[in-house]
Amino acid sequence: MMLPRLEQRAEAFWVARYLSPFLAAALALLCGGLLFASLGYDPLVAFHAFFIKPVSSLYGLGEVALKASPLLLCALGLAVGFRCKVWNIGAEGQFTTGAIAGGGLALAFPHGNGLWLLPAMILAGALGGMAWAAIPAFLRTRFNTSEILSSLMLSYVALLVLSYLVHGPWRDPAGFNFPQSRQFEDAALFPILFAGTRVNLSCALPFAALPAVWMLLERSFIGFQIKVAGLAPAAAAYAGFKETHLVWLSLLLGGAFAGIAGVDEVAGPIGQLLPNISPGYGFAAIIVAFLGRLHPLGILFASLLMALIYLGGESVQVSLGLPLAVAGVFQGMLLFFLLGCDVFVRYRLRFGPGAAAASSP
Amino acid sequence: MAPPVSNEDSRDKSRGIGKAMMEDRDRQAGVTPRLALDGISKRYPDCLANDHIDLEVLPGELHALLGENGAGKSTLVKIIYGVVHADEGTTFWEGEAVKILSPAFARRLGIGMVFQHFTLFESLTVAENIALGIDHSGEMRALSEHIRATAHRYGLALDPERTVHDLSVGERQRVEIVRCLMQAPRLLIMDEPTAVLTPQEAERLFSTLRQLAAQGCSVLYISHKLDEVRSLCERATVLRGGRVSAECDPRRETTGSLARMMVGSEVVATARPLPHAPGPEALVVNGLRLAAADPFGSDLNDIRLSLREGEILGIAGVAGNGQTELLLALAGERLAPAPEDVRLLGEPVGRLGPAGRRARGLAFVPEDKLGRGAVSEMSMAENTLLTAYLAGLVRCGLIRFGRARELAERIARDFDVAAGGVDSPAGSLSGGNLQKFIVGRELLQRPRVLIAAHPTWGLDVGAGLTIHRELVALRDAGAAVLVVSEDLDELVEICDRIAVISKGRLSAARRVAETTSEEIGLLMGGLSDEGHAGGRHDAA
Amino acid sequence: MSELDLLAAVLAATLRAGTPLVLAALGELVTEKSGVLNLGVEGMMLMGAVAGFIAAAASGDLALGIAAALLAGMAMALLFGVLALTLQANQVATGLALSIFGTGLSAFLGRGYVDATLGGVTPLAIPGLAQVPLLGPVLFDQDILVYASVILLVAVHRFLARSRFGLVLRAAGESPDAAHALGYPVIRIRYCAVMFGGAMSGLAGAYLSLAYTPMWTENMSAGRGWIALALVVFATWKPLRVLLGAYIFGGVSILQLNIQGAGFAFPPDLLATLPYLATIVVLVLISRDVRRIRLNAPAALGKPFRPQT
Repeated sequence: MMLPRLEQRAEAFWVARYLSPFLAAALALLCGGLLFASLGYDPLVAFHAFFIKPVSSLYGLGEVALKASPLLLCALGLAVGFRCKVWNIGAEGQFTTGAIAGGGLALAFPHGNGLWLLPAMILAGALGGMAWAAIPAFLRTRFNTSEILSSLMLSYVALLVLSYLVHGPWRDPAGFNFPQSRQFEDAALFPILFAGTRVNLSCALPFAALPAVWMLLERSFIGFQIKVAGLAPAAAAYAGFKETHLVWLSLLLGGAFAGIAGVDEVAGPIGQLLPNISPGYGFAAIIVAFLGRLHPLGILFASLLMALIYLGGESVQVSLGLPLAVAGVFQGMLLFFLLGCDVFVRYRLRFGPGAAAASSP
Repeated sequence: MAPPVSNEDSRDKSRGIGKAMMEDRDRQAGVTPRLALDGISKRYPDCLANDHIDLEVLPGELHALLGENGAGKSTLVKIIYGVVHADEGTTFWEGEAVKILSPAFARRLGIGMVFQHFTLFESLTVAENIALGIDHSGEMRALSEHIRATAHRYGLALDPERTVHDLSVGERQRVEIVRCLMQAPRLLIMDEPTAVLTPQEAERLFSTLRQLAAQGCSVLYISHKLDEVRSLCERATVLRGGRVSAECDPRRETTGSLARMMVGSEVVATARPLPHAPGPEALVVNGLRLAAADPFGSDLNDIRLSLREGEILGIAGVAGNGQTELLLALAGERLAPAPEDVRLLGEPVGRLGPAGRRARGLAFVPEDKLGRGAVSEMSMAENTLLTAYLAGLVRCGLIRFGRARELAERIARDFDVAAGGVDSPAGSLSGGNLQKFIVGRELLQRPRVLIAAHPTWGLDVGAGLTIHRELVALRDAGAAVLVVSEDLDELVEICDRIAVISKGRLSAARRVAETTSEEIGLLMGGLSDEGHAGGRHDAA
Repeated sequence: MSELDLLAAVLAATLRAGTPLVLAALGELVTEKSGVLNLGVEGMMLMGAVAGFIAAAASGDLALGIAAALLAGMAMALLFGVLALTLQANQVATGLALSIFGTGLSAFLGRGYVDATLGGVTPLAIPGLAQVPLLGPVLFDQDILVYASVILLVAVHRFLARSRFGLVLRAAGESPDAAHALGYPVIRIRYCAVMFGGAMSGLAGAYLSLAYTPMWTENMSAGRGWIALALVVFATWKPLRVLLGAYIFGGVSILQLNIQGAGFAFPPDLLATLPYLATIVVLVLISRDVRRIRLNAPAALGKPFRPQT
């Protein structure tokens, strides 16, 4: 047989572990090119519109930062959970409840102009996200309920609650019946950092979170416990690490980060509450976390790439008339190729006759 | 007879033995071997499991395949049964060269196999399990009748309608055996069948095997227990390090000479401890009752035990009688209903978890080494943190990696762990080295009470002896040691007292000096069959 | 409308609302019985919905639409199989990827069809039986896919409980190592189960876009794929209980529409949360009994298996 075969490696191949995201990105690009070509676009033109044009101006670079920061925050929180196999896939919902809590505070103090308002909103957002994440944590630790399904169901609920609020009690009376809240006052908005861009103070938050998460995951004993619980739950039980504590910790942390990201979004580029405040950041963050190998630095790069894909999708929509969903296709492909390439961490590819075939008479 | 056609070059390593085999054949000229292997080799990424192995089994012969753990016995029988494919070599069935590419083909030839780790499906019934193993198509009801008839013919009691997870280990083995017998096999392979049986159950198994051989069925009997091979088998092939090291008639050998063929060197003296006056009670269990967490597990029923400082207490029993649950309850992974149920060094710890008990001087070598005692993807240095984190490896919530490395290096040095360095992942260690690493990690924490589950499981004789010596040394230093093992010989060798666990109950401990293996065996089996249908059938 | 007619209409609608859940959950049940956890049901459903709609709209033939949906679901399942079974990728991550990818790709493919309309699958009254009061309109005046879902369910139940291949499939989900040792091709069996799951999810999607609401909108499954996953747990992996669970969920969503229709002044958005909250509640009720889950769940569910040869 001349088919390539997979052969298990005696030890995991660490180079492949770090190379496979790059290989995955390259393959996703290749497939993207084929996709563009099949739609009748010159791949080079499309690529230029997708990847170059969005970042060829200061404004565009600012947009990358603006989109990367919620992704980075959400993904950092998720990575903590994913490391101990706590599959919180409801970051979208926690993002939304964070935005509701923070935004609600802004709406409750229309004339608040103190410096306290923004920090209080961030805190409220964190609490809002945590409250939403606490439900799956409670259900899993107390009733053994899969956090995958409960956190996801709660995402749908959170989106409906937000929709209810902006259609109902929080609707702007002067808003021509549009489903939207009042605009936040200046004191409830993150100040712009660089003129000519929309980059605001909230973009600094993930960079404060990043080293903290790095310390937690890579240097602290709690991070070690998280890692053990993910790799070998029986070993964690043997060592006496409390699974319930780790489930609570990772869900609350993920919820808090997603909630803060929600506040950043509504008190940043949006400036009010709308039915749709997230273009799927909570789900894209899942991909970002995997693509970044659940490592804080990797997640930083992955979030930048993902932000670029978002912008590229918008860009080709405007310049080529392609649907925005092309970004979603790219994101999915990226994760598929990553999962596929990861096989080389554990296996090597062998061509030619294998040892088993050689014994044929 | 058709001598295997072979490539001399590939056989040079085993030429001497090949000659011995030829002489053997001359002796039995005219008889075609039922199975003959010629130069079988199998390589895995990290080892050469089988290195040019020759073997032949005659019709109606009880043939032993002897060897230590890791000698390549299991790989070889998996090749014969078609589960694993050889890289090199030829297999002859009744004189014809065959390629056994699947178990289904092996079964069609007439090969049946009883695996060491049973290939049974817990949630399926006996009849469904048997249907899966015999290429059966047709009505289940007819199959059930057929099962009853076959089981009856060989004096084995078996109810086809019961679900496997309700069966004892001995009964499960019966399912496997009946499954093979239903196919009227011409060669039956038994992989370490007595590891899970009481001595009395083993004796019953032997009579079934003798009955089969008398009817012309060949039996390939894999074991590392020399006494049973000497009493059961007519011929033995001995493997060492993946090669055939000897072939003999075990009835004419002594246990010592067989051990030499198996181990390759003189077997050293045992670690039997001198009598020793035990100190005060270190670990006490007071009437502990605990329902199993696993629906297929055993509930613990009124467990009472008292372990003193300066003694080794052994817990014997057939697998699946509550050992796992007892170990979890003692280590603190399962909490007792009340604090007083478990007392450690005088303190009630029934409601304390593993970390709390460890902080009070308990150390624990778990049943499963990889995935429980160590994380396979993590380095040895990181794996020290798993239990030694109280020994100064963590400061202000941060890990002191330097200290962890030092500890790992010390374990590797003191306990002779062969590894690529303390940064190599635990999963890359061989079973024996991992075992030594875990035992070493627990011992270096100077525990006052050590619980060790199957401390020498899977180890070769030398490494096993090292660990036995360490356990005895710990006892002599005044610590209390509890050893749980299914290997009765091991317990008799190192323990001061032995208790038997059966159906979730623990017998009173007896002094080893005042009891016999037979008596303990009766406790293991007698208790397990108490009030049990299977037991009555067996007696009949 | 008399009260009986109203009741009949509500129950008939309940069955229709439950049908996509029956189909998707049935497929996932077979997949999980073989030991594979495929979280990509939502993505496969959406792909089935969009492919079915496009094919039916382009050809004008509903049967062709259903065939396209089956194929699309199976293509997605094949993708999952290659990654999770052949390449041994983590099943949870692969399933999530499948859902995210399916959502994006279906939106992308269906971009030109958002405003298109289609005749849709019409009810097929069974002569004689359809005239029985109450039961007639509820059970015997449905579209063919509703009938098909029930027939498929009974067939799967019998297949798993009685047939030899069903036994082998359960064995692969119980202990792949033992099944391999006995000589069964575990990976191939699991591929079959995964592909069946994909086909069923595709069919469930087609039901949405061709029968339930004959149109295509982005994300039109609205979490039904995930609810189907929860239903498999709720049914403790028993096919006949899937039917019960699916119709309860169908009932909850119909109830919610009827409350709105009846003019109660309850915000529709909050009512729409009911099916999701109900999912969480039933999951909690079932999962809290750990022993029951362990006894019924396929023992090797979600664990990768690689045969050693």
